[in-house]
Amino acid sequence: MSKTIYLDYSATTPVDPRVAEKMCRYLTAEYGLFGNPASRSHSFGWAAEEAVEEARQQVAALINADPKEIVWTSGATESDNLAIKGAAHFYAKKGKHLITLTTEHKAVLDTCRQLERDGFEVTYLDPRPDGLVDLDRLAAAIRPDTILVSIMHVNNEIGVIQDIDAIGQLTRSKGVLFHVDAAQSAGKVPIDVTTSQVDLMSFSAHKCYGPKGMGALYVRRKPRVRLEAQMHGGGHERGLRSGTLPVHQIVGMGEAFRLAREEMASENERVRSLRDRLLAGVSGIEEVYINGDMERRVPHNLNVSFNFVEGESLMMALKELAVSSGSACTSASLEPSYVLRALGRSDELAHSSIRFTIGRFTTETEVDRAIELIHEKIAKLRELSPLWEMFKEGIDLDNVKWAAH
Amino acid sequence: MDPIYLDNNATTRVDDAVVAAMLPFFTEQYGNPSSMHAFGEKVGRALKNARRQVQTLLGAEHDSEVIFTSCGTESNSTAILSALRAYPDRREIITTTVEHPAVLTLCEHLEKEGYTIHRLKVDNKGRLNLDEYRALLSPQVAIVSVMWANNETGTLFPVEEMAELANAAGVQFHTDAVQVVGKIPLDLKNSKIDMLSLSGHKLHSPKGIGVLYLRRNTRFRPLLRGGHQERGRRAGTENVAGIIGLGVAAEQAMAAMEHEQTVVRDLRDRLEQGILAQVPNAFPTGDPSNRLPNTSNIAFEFIEGEAILLLLNKVGIAASSGSACTSGSLEPSHVMRAMDIPYTAAHGTVRFSLSRYTTAEEIERVIEAVPPVVEQLRKLSPYWGTKGPASESFAPTYA
Repeated sequence: MSKTIYLDYSATTPVDPRVAEKMCRYLTAEYGLFGNPASRSHSFGWAAEEAVEEARQQVAALINADPKEIVWTSGATESDNLAIKGAAHFYAKKGKHLITLTTEHKAVLDTCRQLERDGFEVTYLDPRPDGLVDLDRLAAAIRPDTILVSIMHVNNEIGVIQDIDAIGQLTRSKGVLFHVDAAQSAGKVPIDVTTSQVDLMSFSAHKCYGPKGMGALYVRRKPRVRLEAQMHGGGHERGLRSGTLPVHQIVGMGEAFRLAREEMASENERVRSLRDRLLAGVSGIEEVYINGDMERRVPHNLNVSFNFVEGESLMMALKELAVSSGSACTSASLEPSYVLRALGRSDELAHSSIRFTIGRFTTETEVDRAIELIHEKIAKLRELSPLWEMFKEGIDLDNVKWAAH
Repeated sequence: MDPIYLDNNATTRVDDAVVAAMLPFFTEQYGNPSSMHAFGEKVGRALKNARRQVQTLLGAEHDSEVIFTSCGTESNSTAILSALRAYPDRREIITTTVEHPAVLTLCEHLEKEGYTIHRLKVDNKGRLNLDEYRALLSPQVAIVSVMWANNETGTLFPVEEMAELANAAGVQFHTDAVQVVGKIPLDLKNSKIDMLSLSGHKLHSPKGIGVLYLRRNTRFRPLLRGGHQERGRRAGTENVAGIIGLGVAAEQAMAAMEHEQTVVRDLRDRLEQGILAQVPNAFPTGDPSNRLPNTSNIAFEFIEGEAILLLLNKVGIAASSGSACTSGSLEPSHVMRAMDIPYTAAHGTVRFSLSRYTTAEEIERVIEAVPPVVEQLRKLSPYWGTKGPASESFAPTYA
């Protein structure tokens, strides 16, 4: 494993050792911190509750929210489900129309599909070819019965950053709720909910050096946003999300977000220089296409299509690199990335795309080795490709009439 | 002196070996199991192993019947809401009056949406009447949801028999088994239970991990959408370390089952008898002949349970009065009310729940600590005279 170079930080990140160390204290008997925070009759419970509330402040601080606006969940997928279904069902009397993008994460898209089966109507907007939302088209799509717009802050595949301030102004002026999936942006892009008019925001711990199986949902209090709970029970999280609070996970997310807040600026600078080094390294290769806007983009993401190379063969050839094609949640399928297709990329280019995501523990040596490997493997694969040969001979592949077998 | 933790029905300490098994999955084997590369694949194999460990503990026929969730509450919500979606024409649910809030609150919510909720009553020992149950089973019922053991009293329900009756009537059967898994042996493959909820943190694995057992070929509709994880039945990146921890905890629970049934049971009995021998006007609630080996719920008449607990906490003993979820409330618990425990006693219940880490020395310390605490509080109670209850005729009923 040590030989494999991990460049898949957008799929998941290692838990920062400082975070893991803190989490462990809340598990075993040693520190007396393993209690149930809902236990009100003894010190084990009180200590656990204190830890949960400290972490709530740490998470709130990263986005300048009030701790009371943070609801713990089991991950961004649950946060997305709670935000979208919860708001849709609560405000169903007001209207039954929602708007989202075709390039959203499956957690949003599948939730919207379920709502469609339940009698809601959803408009799926294509972004512009650079991956960013077209504000005029969004404004035109908002109807009197629209109750919610859900647009992710940073796209998981191409890393482009949506202008949530502009979108928020639009939705607020139209009286429509705005949900943002911020799983990929927390700790990478500064977020301030006192200036951005976001109503609901989903977070994941494991994309930000915290543990898997932990997330949060920001729910605005002023103006107040109401939701229908998706899990009923003991009334935890003021009834919005029942279930025993996983103290060590919460502590882990709190510590991870605290570190993110402290180190974001310096880390972004370091990661950006590594990403740019990688970009420069692969730019020399012929027929390479960068997917998504490079300006409005998180510093750790590079998404590249290598024309005339087949996606899976490329993944196989680059076994020494842990990278992904499309998001991990869809990578088991061999379909070309629906995100790149939505940007107008051809099937071939979408198919030959690789997402490199760099992180806290990536080194310059690793990036250099990755560049070396990419050059070597692309050359080798193209050597075997009849299409590459035809391209080099100047044949216009778009106009070739292929015979059926 | 180390504090004594007797609130294991609320949550449990995680075993050191469980934490040791989890650690590598934080910082070394951190891949996303959905990723196709080496980091992801290795983690995927570890998850498969954990799934088998849980399968063994449940006595399930297939490892694919184990769906990992975030907690028992999620499992309960998933099970009940799935049945309602799978059988949209069926508008009735059968449950009991003494379920955990996870099921009770959900049912109250569903009642407001127009579903009919049948809540089976219990007698004064917390036992169900199966004739009442039989009469309610019909093709209008979408699901039966009955807890295997009550969290407050430890009383066991005959869920295997009830599942057979449901099955014969063509109704899905779900059981909230968070209090029994790891404490009594399970053999789901030879039962008619369709769905079962498990919570990791009740059996010495970490919080934030649960399981929904889903019998193969049971009609199912997922709760969380947005990913292919758990074969499309539960979306969301897996809580890898939690799952690994639960697997190891399941294996340890299997190994400790005998201990639970003998040593823990004896310690519980010793505790209960030790206290009752010294304290007048106190009695165990629930069904002492048919309950979990680790639980003793004692009603101390004419005083407040919460007051007992706070004084016990001062001498380093942690116990509780009911479910942690209703903890802090001054109302007597719904379980005590359902059993018709007199108001003056229902207010003074204390639940002691042991674990395999509980020692004989700890139990002796508790037996010594409880009587003076009760005596001290009774001195302050207007309902208590110098030697006994102030008035024999004092018998208020529930407000």
